Amino acid sequence: MTLSAFLFQALNGLSTASGLFFIAVGLSLIFGVTRIINIAHGSLYMLGTYIAYSFATKIGGVLGFWGGILATALIVGAIGALIEIVLLRRIYRAPELFQLLATFALVLVINDATLWLWGPEDLLGPRAPGLGGAVEVLGRKLPTYDLFLIFVGPLVLVILHFALARTRFGRLIRAATQDREMVGALGVNQSILFTSVFALGALLAGLGGALQVAREPANLATDLVAIGDAFVVVVVGGMGSITGAYLAAVIIAEVKALCIGIGVVDFGFISVNFSKLTLVAEFLVMAVVLIARPYGLLGRAQATVRSIAEPEEPIRPATPMLKALAVTVLALLLCLPLLAQSSPYLLILGIDVLIAVIFATSLHFIMGPGGMHSFGHAAYFGLGAYGAALLVKWLGVPMGLALAAAPLVALAGALLFGWFAVRLSGVYLAMLTLAFAQIVWAAVFQWEGFTGGSNGVIGVWPPPPFDKSWVYFVLTLLLAVTGVLLLRRFLFAPFGYAMRAGRDSPLRAEAIGIDVKRVHWLGFAIAGGVCGVAGGLFAFAKGSISPETIGVGRSIDGLVMVLLGGIQTLTGPIVGASVFATLQDTVMRQTEYWRALLGAIILLLVLAFPQGIVGAFAAIWRKGKIEKSEGAS
Amino acid sequence: MRPTRHVFYLALAGSLAAGFAMPASAQNTIKIGELNSYKAQPAFLDPYKKGWEMAVEEINAKGGVLGKKLEVISRDDGANPGEAVRVAEELVTREGVAMIAGTFLSHIGLAVTNFAGQKKVFFLAAEPLTDKITWANGNKYTFRLRATTYMQVAMLMPAATAAKKKKWALVYPNFEYGQSAAENFKALMKKAQPDVEFVTEQAPPLGKIDAGAVAQAIDDAKPDAIFNVLFGGDLAKFVREGNTRGVFKNRTVVSLLSGEPEYLDPLKDEAPVGWVVTGYPWDKIKTKEHQAFVDAYKKKYNDYPRLGSVVGYVTMKSLAAGIAKAKSTDTEKLVAAFKGLKVDSPFGPFSYRASDHQATMGAYVGKIALEGGKGTMADFKYVDGASVLPSDAETKKLRPAAD
Repeated sequence: MTLSAFLFQALNGLSTASGLFFIAVGLSLIFGVTRIINIAHGSLYMLGTYIAYSFATKIGGVLGFWGGILATALIVGAIGALIEIVLLRRIYRAPELFQLLATFALVLVINDATLWLWGPEDLLGPRAPGLGGAVEVLGRKLPTYDLFLIFVGPLVLVILHFALARTRFGRLIRAATQDREMVGALGVNQSILFTSVFALGALLAGLGGALQVAREPANLATDLVAIGDAFVVVVVGGMGSITGAYLAAVIIAEVKALCIGIGVVDFGFISVNFSKLTLVAEFLVMAVVLIARPYGLLGRAQATVRSIAEPEEPIRPATPMLKALAVTVLALLLCLPLLAQSSPYLLILGIDVLIAVIFATSLHFIMGPGGMHSFGHAAYFGLGAYGAALLVKWLGVPMGLALAAAPLVALAGALLFGWFAVRLSGVYLAMLTLAFAQIVWAAVFQWEGFTGGSNGVIGVWPPPPFDKSWVYFVLTLLLAVTGVLLLRRFLFAPFGYAMRAGRDSPLRAEAIGIDVKRVHWLGFAIAGGVCGVAGGLFAFAKGSISPETIGVGRSIDGLVMVLLGGIQTLTGPIVGASVFATLQDTVMRQTEYWRALLGAIILLLVLAFPQGIVGAFAAIWRKGKIEKSEGAS
Repeated sequence: MRPTRHVFYLALAGSLAAGFAMPASAQNTIKIGELNSYKAQPAFLDPYKKGWEMAVEEINAKGGVLGKKLEVISRDDGANPGEAVRVAEELVTREGVAMIAGTFLSHIGLAVTNFAGQKKVFFLAAEPLTDKITWANGNKYTFRLRATTYMQVAMLMPAATAAKKKKWALVYPNFEYGQSAAENFKALMKKAQPDVEFVTEQAPPLGKIDAGAVAQAIDDAKPDAIFNVLFGGDLAKFVREGNTRGVFKNRTVVSLLSGEPEYLDPLKDEAPVGWVVTGYPWDKIKTKEHQAFVDAYKKKYNDYPRLGSVVGYVTMKSLAAGIAKAKSTDTEKLVAAFKGLKVDSPFGPFSYRASDHQATMGAYVGKIALEGGKGTMADFKYVDGASVLPSDAETKKLRPAAD
């Protein structure tokens, strides 16, 4: 690679960086003020490209293109305001993270709505009028539109910077980012502030999407790609810092451009194709930055948010009644194989539900009582699954041994990643776990000789007698019950109390001699190990395992299950996992637009049960009990 | 906490009830299970679905097969192998389908292939291209319709060697399909032209290409020719950046699948003229059977067919022909009937080879041209799949799992 080639790739990187900056900056602003992790941000970006495409082709010319981009930004901003007013405003009082569930549902709905409105084909917009050609730089051709993007990113950064520094609205945003309760207490109308910040963030996403119309086709997969990039940029730059977002965008884009520029390098004994590294480059950058600077490049330590949600009830051991009920449920489940003779699919669905239950319960163990919101729990599911499958593939070990090894592999992974993760908290911890999951995913995806690459490992079927569904179901049930009871046992042991103490009040916990980091680290590892059991069971249930198992999608599914059931209850994840797994199975059969239907159902559940399903019923019951005791007195 | 248990019960009861709901099985239909990544790959699979729906309608209008109507139960596989296996099990165990068909992405096709072999279910892989489905991981119960990665590459080899270029650059999406296409190309090229040199290899992640940087890196490697495997959105971005930066100027480009309307049409007037591609020039194929197909399709949907439409259409036609030949929906009899089964398609007649279960339906090879502001194919010819497949004896070595 010559010096001029290197410099030119750096220019390419700068234009890509502007694109990344636009996706990320809105997300950063929204999170800073409202503390909402807006997964639908990528969907707003995607809508921007589609709407701008329609303007550019339907009206056409200079007005249709440049005017269309501005109009698109305003329209998407208005959509953002609408989302905040109609949906999010109703659930600000829900437990932390619950809004994530609502925005996840929006992703599903918006994607299907876009498919319905614009159709399935990729839509490549026209070239930008006036900027369609290229200029000579360093003996190479640089598209003029890229040159334009290189400047427009910093321009918007400067405008935003002065708007935040000099205007009253900007001061309010900065104040709310630091301490929103105080801003509220000083008499600032929070509703208007939140709505306008959300609209501004959406507008920037729409603008970013619209600006891409001259570079790439409008495509239905953009939403998830964009949100992944946006998270990384925001976290690397530091939540709430717009300059940090630009800096992070530049670093990530440059690293990628460099990897592509280097291409294949022959080290004599091994030849490495660096262009394949682009798969994971941003997550490597994120992991390094978060380990070195826990709050991102330009971020500051997050002020603890005094939650506006209802305070959490302490957890209590099971009453005799609850125990009796649990035994009854177990007995019913054991009878399932008899009932299933007429409809064998029942058992297959049952196995899937039970695997989901182990997955969600282990995630809840660290999310709820541990207070560590893992966005990368799929890593331990995947490590367990791959651990088991690879043992079978390479060493031909029997299923029992492979299943026993699954939690150990996951435990080892969780011990390693957990050691780094527990040093952080809040959203930074969440993002570091996500980065680790992506790194595991990329390693599995790239290490073709060992893991089978994108095909994964196939042909991992259980030997007789476990090849019969009912035997495998009983095995899964046994392991699920063991896993759930084990985690419960931990929670009611001194270890569990120490973990919760560390969550609720780290300082006081340290003062009475609890090593909070160590307790949380072990909690993280235990959850990972139990999750590995689910992974191992999954591999044998499906007969194959592929990198998708470790993907972001599964991690998000886990979050959805826990939140749907209710994060503040112990039975929540069990109910949440059962409902979500069954719902997905049922909904996917119903209609072509199953994603929109699933999204709509989740939205309804979110609005009806803002504390999760179990949480809501528990609240009703508590209320009833109080009224009853009042009536008696 | 007690009431929470009630909810648990309710949820459980709900999930059980959902499982119990058995559909009334109709005796006078033949049930075919179909699964595909409809939501993840809509550009190809929307026309595909229209294609098979039209075939089923035609078959049933003529009285069906063996006196029974065909009933297709179609599912989304969630673009995820684990999910696909669950859907396949659901189709077999709950819906009681006699056979399954479909899948698009290579790794999902492989997972379902493996499922079919394990559970002894007849499976016709419609679209996935990986060679492994019929060769390395092939099994008795799986057949495949579309021309494989190997076949597509082999079809382009005459043009690639005729160009007499020494330095080649490769660009492919980083997953099974792209990797195996690149490997096939390198192997075939080295055999045909031992002095060939591969100056760079770019493997961007699927759907996430950084097109400007990739195009530039290829240009900087100064190749004489480029072999491309990108498709869909990645292709559109790469072509636009490459055109603006003059990367394709004076260079031979050989490209897989880029002549398919699914991927060519979105490029509109920027279709890269002169690329040698495999594809489907639907408006220029004048054979009788193809014309009849296009007319029927246009009449039914008021839209022109894409390659997906042909694949979907022929998938169902193949199954109908197989059932008719087997005179039964029994799995073993179907497997026997599919060996050497002859099927009439819009591309003309083809057959399923007994040796490796691969269909010999070919593809069109030609050069991309611009006509009326739209991309199309010129100087094209139909390459029969049988002409590029290895002989039965060679195939045997590639297929360790004997039937």
